[in-house]
Amino acid sequence: MTDDTEPQPEGEPTSSLSRRGLLGLAGAGLATVGLGGLGGYAVAGGRAAGSASTAAPAGRTYAFTGAHQAGIVTPAQDRLHFAAFDVTTTSRTALETLLRRWTYAADRMVRGLPAGDLGPSSGPYDAPPDDTGEADGLPPSGLTITFGFGPSLFVDADGRDRFGLADRRPALLKDLPHFPGDTLDPARTGGDLCIQACADDPQVAVHAVRNLSRLAFGTAAIRWSQLGYGRTSSTSTAQTTPRNLFGFKDGTANIMAEDTAELDTHVWVSPDDDPAASWLAGGSYLVARRIRMTIETWDRAPLREQETLVGRTKGSGAPLSGGEEHTDPDFTMTGRGGAPLIDPASHVAMAHPRNNGGVRMLRRGYNYTDGSDGLGRLDAGLFFIAFVRDPATQYVPMQTAMARGDLLSEYLRHTGSGLFAVPPGVPDGARLSPTDGAFVGEQLFA
Amino acid sequence: MTHPTGRGRAARLLPALAAIALVPSLAACVDNAPSTDATGTAGAPSSLTVDSSADACTLSATTAPSGNLVFTVTNSGSDVTEFYLLADDGLRIVAEVENIGPGLSRDLVTVAKPGDYFTACKPGMVGDGIRAPFTVTDSGADVAPTGELAEQIAVATTGYVAYIKDQTEQLLSGTEAFVDAYKAGDDDEARTLYAPTRVHWERIEPVAESFGDLDPRMDLREADLADGEKWTGWHLLEKDLWQPDAAANGGEEYVPLTDTERTKHADQLLADTQELFDRTHSDEFAAEITADFIGNGAKGLLDEVATGKVTGEEEIWSHTDLWDFQANVDGARVAYDGLRDVVVSKDATLAEDLDARFTELQGLLDQHRDGDAFVLYTELDDAQVKELSVAVDALSEPLSRLTAAVVL
Repeated sequence: MTDDTEPQPEGEPTSSLSRRGLLGLAGAGLATVGLGGLGGYAVAGGRAAGSASTAAPAGRTYAFTGAHQAGIVTPAQDRLHFAAFDVTTTSRTALETLLRRWTYAADRMVRGLPAGDLGPSSGPYDAPPDDTGEADGLPPSGLTITFGFGPSLFVDADGRDRFGLADRRPALLKDLPHFPGDTLDPARTGGDLCIQACADDPQVAVHAVRNLSRLAFGTAAIRWSQLGYGRTSSTSTAQTTPRNLFGFKDGTANIMAEDTAELDTHVWVSPDDDPAASWLAGGSYLVARRIRMTIETWDRAPLREQETLVGRTKGSGAPLSGGEEHTDPDFTMTGRGGAPLIDPASHVAMAHPRNNGGVRMLRRGYNYTDGSDGLGRLDAGLFFIAFVRDPATQYVPMQTAMARGDLLSEYLRHTGSGLFAVPPGVPDGARLSPTDGAFVGEQLFA
Repeated sequence: MTHPTGRGRAARLLPALAAIALVPSLAACVDNAPSTDATGTAGAPSSLTVDSSADACTLSATTAPSGNLVFTVTNSGSDVTEFYLLADDGLRIVAEVENIGPGLSRDLVTVAKPGDYFTACKPGMVGDGIRAPFTVTDSGADVAPTGELAEQIAVATTGYVAYIKDQTEQLLSGTEAFVDAYKAGDDDEARTLYAPTRVHWERIEPVAESFGDLDPRMDLREADLADGEKWTGWHLLEKDLWQPDAAANGGEEYVPLTDTERTKHADQLLADTQELFDRTHSDEFAAEITADFIGNGAKGLLDEVATGKVTGEEEIWSHTDLWDFQANVDGARVAYDGLRDVVVSKDATLAEDLDARFTELQGLLDQHRDGDAFVLYTELDDAQVKELSVAVDALSEPLSRLTAAVVL
């Protein structure tokens, strides 16, 4: 990855965030600068020289550091590998060390570098390489890695304080209530830690989780994970609205990265939100739901029914009250017989902020397909991810209402679930090191 | 053993004798802020390049600060080449990298103390090579003591050879008793002897695997058979002792072996065991046992656990997988213990890590003991299997760094 000379993919914005260009150059120059500073001798390592001479940015790059973690307002990439972990150690030091090593490796990988300093095809011949290598030669592909903490990290099922963190658990960070119609699989639910890896190339996202998982052996083990493709929402005005597996545009009313005031209101945790958990200020809550769609029965539904259930047209995504995709739906407009054009129980009506006390969420869902089940039906659906400032007021009431009333629920089964507190980012310029550097969530352990 | 074809993993790894010392602090290099890590060792490795052509050995620098050095050796000639870092007497090899084909690059990673050295490229792998003086200046970095590593490794290999001999002796006598009972039709006795006897096999599995012909004859599972291949060995007898019903046998009624078949297969197993005994007691075998064989063997044993035992596939009829599991761990532990002094002096953190992980895994295994025996694999629930699997992964990851840490 360090020698990468891939051209910028066509049609990709080259610098919609100003630091991208800087990063490409910095990444290439680091090796020589860092080593040269150690001694007065010439350092002309072949790899270092090679990357310095090919400093052209290769694919989108998003900084790992910043006030907020990347992967929340970052324009949604096309691919996801989400993983939830059980922490297997009882040592708080080991947990902190893991987060340091994760931070260090994640910062490298988002820059298109191998997870470890030596890389996949060099280093001691008798040792396993410190990077697994399947992303070697691929551009950074807009990789973002986002870490979160589950409620069980603070207090275990028996109420025991696992790492001396119990009194810092945010009051809002607890298992989501049982919603009507939930058929949760315990093997796809919960977790002490989570990693959301998003990239434009699935191999890059899988590589990230695989290498982080490897670093975790002995400290944390994957509890469950999910691959996703085809982002089902837009998080930037620069993006078009994608389609979910029902064939409908999804995420039209999402919060966009450009709406900073809305983000402050609905996404970022404020220092005053929970005095006991001020460490979470600048962070957010991640709601994950694996929502299986009963694809085959949906596909047998008439177009009239499909559009009625969703409340939008299948083609343009316009609300049934008229207009175009982004036209504000008019829930009062009626048609023949005085019935509303948009059914009050339709998905768009149930989910609309105006019908939910004005709350909004930043959604970052992905389609998933895990092959077929034993009955020959697609095991497919939506891996819903949303970032919210307050899950109790933003997600829970909406999901409760939708589980009961949303016409679309007939075709949905919630099979997996998780709620995680996503700490703020590692500040720009912080020194990173696997042994004593800054790390994600450091505020929690301070 | 799970693969019927070719020589086993242990055999493939056997000849590697690259000269390498991996230091944990290597991973501590910080590219945006060079610093020292927790052990006080300089964080970033010093990188040098070496160009080995047909008639020149060009280094990017002839001096480097003490600590971690990475020589990236590129062979620009047309012959296979080697690169050496030699002590100031020009004789003792401090580190080497061998078998670099034309056009290839390979890293030599080593830890060097301050002092005078020689570097040498050896195109064509003959003669004294193209030599030049090389100086390591004092960086103030804490370089791990090397001690009498060669001696420690000699002790380790001698001890390991003795262990293998002892295990094959116990395997042979155990197999004799097992075969006697089986041939005599005393199936209860044979079932009792099955798992405790195989323990001696499982403890030294990488050794058996290094004999590519014996391993499949003795330990092939039915699922590993290719079409038309004849099945022999332990698991054939296992199936005959724990006869499945038709549903568990692919829908076909299981046909027990006849007395003649029993005798034939049992005798074959015993003869193969005798062969294993003879081969492991030869001088040639002892000479082949090197530190990297032991290190890779330890890792290989845990890989066996991860792929076959923790999934319950190895002993699919008798469900005695936990005996094998324990035996594989025993074998890995013995291999590691022999090398432990070396690991402690070269990478103390790795030794600490391995000690702790072995203890954790053993603690979990002990929970499934039933007197002198183990519960059957089928008595484990999913959560217990997952717990064991996680502990195996936790041990396997540091164990995969054992060989590099000990190979001189």
